[in-house]
Amino acid sequence: MTDTVAQRAAVADAKAAPDTMAWDSGLRRLMMIYLPLGCFVLILLFPFYWMAITSFKPNAELLNYREHNPFWISSPTLAHIKHLLFDTSYPRWLWTTMLVAIGATTLSLVASTLAAYAIERLRFRGSAYVGLGIYLAYLVPPSILFIPLATVVVQFGLFDSPLALILVYPTFLVPFCTWLLIGYFKSIPYELEECALVDGATRLQILRRITLPLAVPGLISAGIFSFTLSWNEFIYALAFIQSGANKTVPVAILTELVTGDVYQWGALMAGSLLGSLPVAIFYSLFVDYYVSSLTGAVKE
Amino acid sequence: MSVTTLSSPALAQRQPNWLVRLFDYKPFLIAMCLAPAIGLLAVFLTYPLGLGIWLAFTDTTIGQKGIFVGLDNFQYLLSDPLWWNAVFYSVVYTGIATFGKFALGFWLALLLNNHFPFKSLLRAIILLPWIVPTVLSALAFWWIYDPQFSIISYLLVDVLHWRDSNIDFLGSPWPARFSLIAANIWRGIPFVAISLLAGLQTISPSLYEAAMLDGASSWQRFRYITFPMMMPILAIVMTFSIIFTFTDFQLVYAITRGGPGNSTHLLATLAFQRGIAGGELGEGAAIAVSMIPFLVFATLFSYFGLARRKWQQGEAND
Repeated sequence: MTDTVAQRAAVADAKAAPDTMAWDSGLRRLMMIYLPLGCFVLILLFPFYWMAITSFKPNAELLNYREHNPFWISSPTLAHIKHLLFDTSYPRWLWTTMLVAIGATTLSLVASTLAAYAIERLRFRGSAYVGLGIYLAYLVPPSILFIPLATVVVQFGLFDSPLALILVYPTFLVPFCTWLLIGYFKSIPYELEECALVDGATRLQILRRITLPLAVPGLISAGIFSFTLSWNEFIYALAFIQSGANKTVPVAILTELVTGDVYQWGALMAGSLLGSLPVAIFYSLFVDYYVSSLTGAVKE
Repeated sequence: MSVTTLSSPALAQRQPNWLVRLFDYKPFLIAMCLAPAIGLLAVFLTYPLGLGIWLAFTDTTIGQKGIFVGLDNFQYLLSDPLWWNAVFYSVVYTGIATFGKFALGFWLALLLNNHFPFKSLLRAIILLPWIVPTVLSALAFWWIYDPQFSIISYLLVDVLHWRDSNIDFLGSPWPARFSLIAANIWRGIPFVAISLLAGLQTISPSLYEAAMLDGASSWQRFRYITFPMMMPILAIVMTFSIIFTFTDFQLVYAITRGGPGNSTHLLATLAFQRGIAGGELGEGAAIAVSMIPFLVFATLFSYFGLARRKWQQGEAND
């Protein structure tokens, strides 16, 4: 960090010789852009650094700042992660979360692809209102639904079952995915479908052979977004799942690992780190899709 | 090659296959395509929404069907200082957090709109707080806010010597409230910044060139070009942000669970405490329903933001 600052200062100095204007703008750029940007990145990333470093610290270092520099680890340990993986049901929670996320994503993708195709391509009277209705559904937050939904889930006999989460998560995934996919379908030229119609293809064949292959980037965006949102969901998972074995990672860490008055910070942070890792890896593979779907959904 | 692939669907259609015909019948196809999405939303969104409003007028508890009690639940809430406290904190939380998120997020978006090396990498890193499960980053904040081993206290007391004692972040009402708001702002900045950055990139550079020719200062360019052009997208992003901040649950539940002394309850956490943990479904539903007026207000805000955009771009450009 200091090196780059020094380099930039040196560059700015070098430019200062020919004319003072360049020096001025170089320094100005440093102060107005790089410095605040550096602060933002530092603050936005610090909690993750702190989470990661805590997960590998032995307990002695964790609670003793006088003799050990808290920002670094002198003797890293895997004890917390080992404790998580072998002494708790953490692998089971990870598995449940993965299952729920994949199930809910698949269900929402199928439902919203068909809905988006019907609204954008089959164009019937009132399709705009159906689209608006689905958009409004996105504005209904889970916090006002979880109490009545809990009674619905009990009525269906799904209480304490991951299947309840798979069925309920599409309520916030379908509106988002449908809007994203409507945007994608709009960008596919209508002429392609007309050609196929003239050639005698049925509507379903058109959807399968022409529209869907062209909408693959949109499907990927919707899929990874749904996966992330399902992985992160908390309130429904907290309200509908009771037995320790069926909990998802975010709920399980908070309700099963926080025990007694002395918090096991090492294990808690290791659990958070491991629970964040799948989405973080997923994210790093598909960054561009995330950014485009995030901005696309807002612009729609 | 192309001839063979094209003739097979054509052949398939000439067969008197009633199933294929049925699926090519447009009204039937539309109904089939909409059925899964509409079905899911009707059963798990519209029905519960109506049921929630009904529950708010009953005295249902877990395991016992309630009877209609009219406005009793709401009357009780109006006389309940804890509910007023939750309304107060929900408004304060939403107000300060939204202001913070948008001030800092807009600033970050403007910074990211400059040209510099590793820009896309930086943009990817910045979105991380938004991608990671909120509860898990909330746990990291809980640890950062620890009364004894807080790293912030360590920095201020032992490194910078600005203070003599550790900060008690979560032990008393106002520090706890502001600590939660800070965590919410931290989590919200990336979403706001990246969304607004997308808006900034759609503003045509020729507008700035024209303004510079006219001798506009950088503040004037921001005030009279950037800000008005960003209004529509600001309105939409802000509506989403307000709705999901007002109904926030995870951060508060993970860090304080409404404490100390119920001072940091939001309406959502209070509804959970009364409705699910306490078993008073009717009362919990009434608390949840009391959030609806605020949400309707935010949605109308969004609608007028959208209408304004249409007006700016011309009706035909849809």
